[in-house]
Amino acid sequence: MNIHKPIKRASQVIERHVVGKGYAHDSARRHVRGEAIYIDDMPELPGTLHIAPILSTIAHGTITGIDSQQARDADGVKAVLFAADIPGRNEAAPILANEPIFAAGEVLHLGQIIGCVVAQTMAQAIQAAALVRVSYDERPALYDVERAYDADEHTHPTQHLNSGDATKALEESPHRFTGSFTMGGQDHFYLETMVAYAQPGEDDEMLVWSSTQHPTEVQVHVALALGVKNHEVEAKVRRMGGAFGGKESQATIIACIAAVAAKKTGKPCRFRLRRHDDMAATGKRHGFTMRYDAGLDETGRFKGIAIEALANSGHVADLSGPVVTRALTHFDNCYHLPATDFTGFAAKTNTVSNTAFRGFGGPQGMLATEAIIDRIAREMGMDPNALRAVNYYGPDTGEVTPYDQPVEDNRIRDVVDRVMANAQWDKRRAEIDRFNAENRVLKKGLAMMPVKFGISFNLTALNQAGSLVHVYQDGSVHLNHGGTEMGQGLYTKVAQVVADVFGLPLEDVKITASTTDKVPNTSATAASSGSDLNGAAAYNAAKTIRERMVAVAAEHFECRTDEIIFRGGRVMFENQAMTFGALAKQCWFKRVSLSAAGFYATPKIHWDAATMKGRPFFYYTYGASVSEVVIDTLTGENRCLRTDIVQDCGKPLNPTLDLGQIEGAFVQGMGWLTCEELWWDEKGRLRTVGPSTYKIPGSRDVPPAFKVEILDDKPNREETVFRSKAIGEPPLMLAISVWLALRDAVSSLSGGRFAAELDAPATPEAVLFAVDAMKERLERERLGSENAQSFTASGLSGHA
Amino acid sequence: MTQPISFSLNGEAVSASLRADTTVLEYLRLHASLRGTKEGCAEGDCGACSVLVRKPGDDRFQPANSCIMLLAQIQGGAVVTVEGLAAQDHALQEAMAENGSSQCGFCTPGIVASLAGLLDQKDQPEESEIHDGLAGNLCRCTGYKPIVEAAQKAARSVHKPLPQVAITPTGEASGDDTSKALHPCALQELFEMRADHPDHVLLAGGTDSALDVAHARSRWPVIINTAAVEDLRGVRVDDEHLIIGGAASWAEVLPHLGDYWPSFAKLVRRFGSVQIRTMGTVAGNIATASPIGDGAPSLIALGARIVLASPASERTLDLEDFFVDYRKTVLREDEIIKAIHVPLPQAGDEFRVYKVSKRYDQDISTVCGAYAFRQVNGTLSNIRVAYGGMAATPLRCPQIENALEGKLLTEAALSAARRAVKETFSPLSDMRGSADYRARVAANLLDRLAADLEGETVEVMAL
Repeated sequence: MNIHKPIKRASQVIERHVVGKGYAHDSARRHVRGEAIYIDDMPELPGTLHIAPILSTIAHGTITGIDSQQARDADGVKAVLFAADIPGRNEAAPILANEPIFAAGEVLHLGQIIGCVVAQTMAQAIQAAALVRVSYDERPALYDVERAYDADEHTHPTQHLNSGDATKALEESPHRFTGSFTMGGQDHFYLETMVAYAQPGEDDEMLVWSSTQHPTEVQVHVALALGVKNHEVEAKVRRMGGAFGGKESQATIIACIAAVAAKKTGKPCRFRLRRHDDMAATGKRHGFTMRYDAGLDETGRFKGIAIEALANSGHVADLSGPVVTRALTHFDNCYHLPATDFTGFAAKTNTVSNTAFRGFGGPQGMLATEAIIDRIAREMGMDPNALRAVNYYGPDTGEVTPYDQPVEDNRIRDVVDRVMANAQWDKRRAEIDRFNAENRVLKKGLAMMPVKFGISFNLTALNQAGSLVHVYQDGSVHLNHGGTEMGQGLYTKVAQVVADVFGLPLEDVKITASTTDKVPNTSATAASSGSDLNGAAAYNAAKTIRERMVAVAAEHFECRTDEIIFRGGRVMFENQAMTFGALAKQCWFKRVSLSAAGFYATPKIHWDAATMKGRPFFYYTYGASVSEVVIDTLTGENRCLRTDIVQDCGKPLNPTLDLGQIEGAFVQGMGWLTCEELWWDEKGRLRTVGPSTYKIPGSRDVPPAFKVEILDDKPNREETVFRSKAIGEPPLMLAISVWLALRDAVSSLSGGRFAAELDAPATPEAVLFAVDAMKERLERERLGSENAQSFTASGLSGHA
Repeated sequence: MTQPISFSLNGEAVSASLRADTTVLEYLRLHASLRGTKEGCAEGDCGACSVLVRKPGDDRFQPANSCIMLLAQIQGGAVVTVEGLAAQDHALQEAMAENGSSQCGFCTPGIVASLAGLLDQKDQPEESEIHDGLAGNLCRCTGYKPIVEAAQKAARSVHKPLPQVAITPTGEASGDDTSKALHPCALQELFEMRADHPDHVLLAGGTDSALDVAHARSRWPVIINTAAVEDLRGVRVDDEHLIIGGAASWAEVLPHLGDYWPSFAKLVRRFGSVQIRTMGTVAGNIATASPIGDGAPSLIALGARIVLASPASERTLDLEDFFVDYRKTVLREDEIIKAIHVPLPQAGDEFRVYKVSKRYDQDISTVCGAYAFRQVNGTLSNIRVAYGGMAATPLRCPQIENALEGKLLTEAALSAARRAVKETFSPLSDMRGSADYRARVAANLLDRLAADLEGETVEVMAL
């Protein structure tokens, strides 16, 4: 397959007309008019019931009794359900096992779903759920990842990624630095909370509308929970009101509960979590503690590095294993690390199980390395960017990553040089230094962040996709694929691909809800891979149909198949033409099939999970950013003033949608690293469970100067669909420049000599404490030098 | 006899024989089949539920959170939803669709409502005014930039008047037999209704109290709505005072503040959001007696007095004496807040208030410090200091005042004042900040005050 530009084969010339243009999101007009239908907006079927969850009120213990009589007697209540009511298996684990839908016997975090109330209205269900009394035998709870590590409490086997001889390299390093720091998690805060609508059919049939990134997993787990075969269950989703990874595995739990309720009551059941319950009961981005030991040579080149990554997995594994894998495989970011000893530990704690979130461990891995670089550079008296530069993977050095993948498509220098120029680094660095000299209260900081991100699911098997394309007799096209639409514009991009295969305008291609009975055995729409996988699968299906149609057209025009052109809704040979619809009609007449299923499996990739070696990623994508911030040294309040971004998009399928992904991901990443703080009280209750306490960025928090350049000068080196590159996750990590700039602003108090003691998120409180710690360090230094001077002075007087 | 609740909805007269404590959002989605408007949080903080509302007796539409607004509050008023805007093909909608302003689209209808409200009031809003208009709307996908751009683009178009029909409220009880709203027009009538209905809930803006209803935790059989009570309405200025009526919203107060206390005006623009300020009242903010409410510290520092009225009598107190303990006040069961009187500044009077929170817009203070004083040749006098977020109530701080009264803001005076902060407060740790952080910030705000008075730029938002 070679599809990056018009190409000739025996019968194929596929031109790029629709692909590459910045079409608006296919639902944009429906969004702005309030006409886009989300699952909670679907009209109720007669008899529809509503569900409210019963949540654990303690962090750890055994359930000793449940009194639900009052709830059962309450107005409108039709059922109160617990683990024992699940007809099949009480299992929601996406990878491992023993991750219950309803807590059975023991509860492992405060807010864990124990059961649910099913009632005629949502208000009745919520009121009745509050009447259920659960008694517990409470046990001590564990919240701290380091304590979990010491006690070897884990949810997933510990992972090791080793290369070279790290111990020896560290011992031989002239400069050696050890330390640790922590980074918080992040709530997805998708605007549409978790929701599912289960509709029982005949016998064992169950249709589940689920706000999920992974319809197949919903299908499989609903079947498991109901004790029926997969073919009895259809999982369906037209759109989600945001997902960001939060609906990759955990939407399954909500769907299963709706389906169990529908099965038990025989009625359609809708389950929408209220915001507070959603934030208490569903997982988030993993917080990590990183402990490191780094050795460098005199020039600032890494010789050896050991990092222990302790991830807060929460109460069960969920996707923590692969999240940790991605953290370990992204420690290197853009830097060649010749000897590594990386340990990834998934700590089991009594907090909600953490899950996928845009970047999936990658951001945490990169943040660790960048924090280490920022510290080491200052302590070695180097400019952090200079230390970065000596460690970049060379373009032609044949250097491989710690997991043995060669970095073949290296664009690090391209993006870094470009962003430094766009940002006018040297000029602004001088301006900022001047500002800092002139202002006592406010201090500015500036930092650059390069990003290399691996594209593909680490687990090779997930890198496959299917599609189903129908051409109707009027020439209109119906498209389904295994991907899901969560706002990223996947439906639009895939439709653009299919439109160009048929030479049609975009409006002639219609995509409807993703559903497991049209495209089976799908992977989650995740890992930035949605358009790579589904675009290619749809391309293959459309091409199959096109080839059949070309044969009919050649017969019609009495020409060779390679002389046929599809363009602008017409099929042409020299000066003859017919509409695409007329050719479709002719195909039908000649009994030629106008429907095809497509399939795609990413080539070249392989991964050995035991040794953590292989080529897990089809390709890398590159980006770089420069951010300027200001901090208030009296309160820690802070703000990003300007950001410049350069992002490599290969040959973009749709630059407008890509720009939306870049800007949105950056702001989301900035939230993770600044204002978004998860805060638990001493009882293990998350106290930031709504937007009044959990603060995501608002419109004024976006840098007032925000300049994004999409680098589209080089097609993807690999044969992706139309040579595009993935975009969903990589730009989130560009926000690390904001965090580094905040550290730089704190460091400015020492003239940039000392690194800030600043973890993530850099809330105003964290920034103020880092400022005060820096002031104390400078004060100690001043006193130290005074002492030294007075010692010298007294020594002199002694001589005298 | 209980009447149905009548109001204008997207330009058509509707009447609903429903519980008066039904939220407007619930009504729109479940009863009117208008499902464009979404529930994102049910606490008035995300804006997905935003609609435009013309309150009864008001002459303009303003954005409001339909998730915490009750049918009781729109009797005789008008509501416009995203569907109503779509019916007139609002230019903002096309501009947003063209400009990549939506991704998942779930926040979009609320954003359309908020910005259409802004454009209805302002022809050419500045970028900062667009941010003010968006402060109550969260978007998790786009990074907001394409939304702000679309608002700028749409501002260049001509907009039709928002659709509405006149509804004449009957003044009678409205709702149904299980939950009704009473709409007194005079203070005496209100007192009688309160006496007649011991189980009533007194409702002003509802931006705090209606949270319980929005979360389906409580039901209100009788709601007495203060909005129409003539003696409680409006904001006026006499020779010596700004007089804020007991039912006046923050939106009504805000335009009066800039002339007298620019710093207070700046704070109030960060008070909740446009949506919250449409409904939320100054008196309600004081009556809830939250230690982190943003109204009280400024009003205490400015020397505001509060007028409490009961059927028998009226009394006037210094606001600082109103608060007793955590969420406890001296308000007696038969009393209401009739008005708040804020003395107008005299020549030489200065006022500064600093709010510190995790996010600049629509967040609750971690610490709020308010300072009123007169400054002559650098010497401070008549100083009044109040803090929020530092104790169980908003607190006036005589020790800090004493440390600064009659002083130049020298390092010695500041250090005495910082000591006074330390001695006055033992703040709590919570999700908004640790006790240590609060203590440091409360003291540091005095340094900010000094730097501010010296003309240094002291707030990151000023850059």
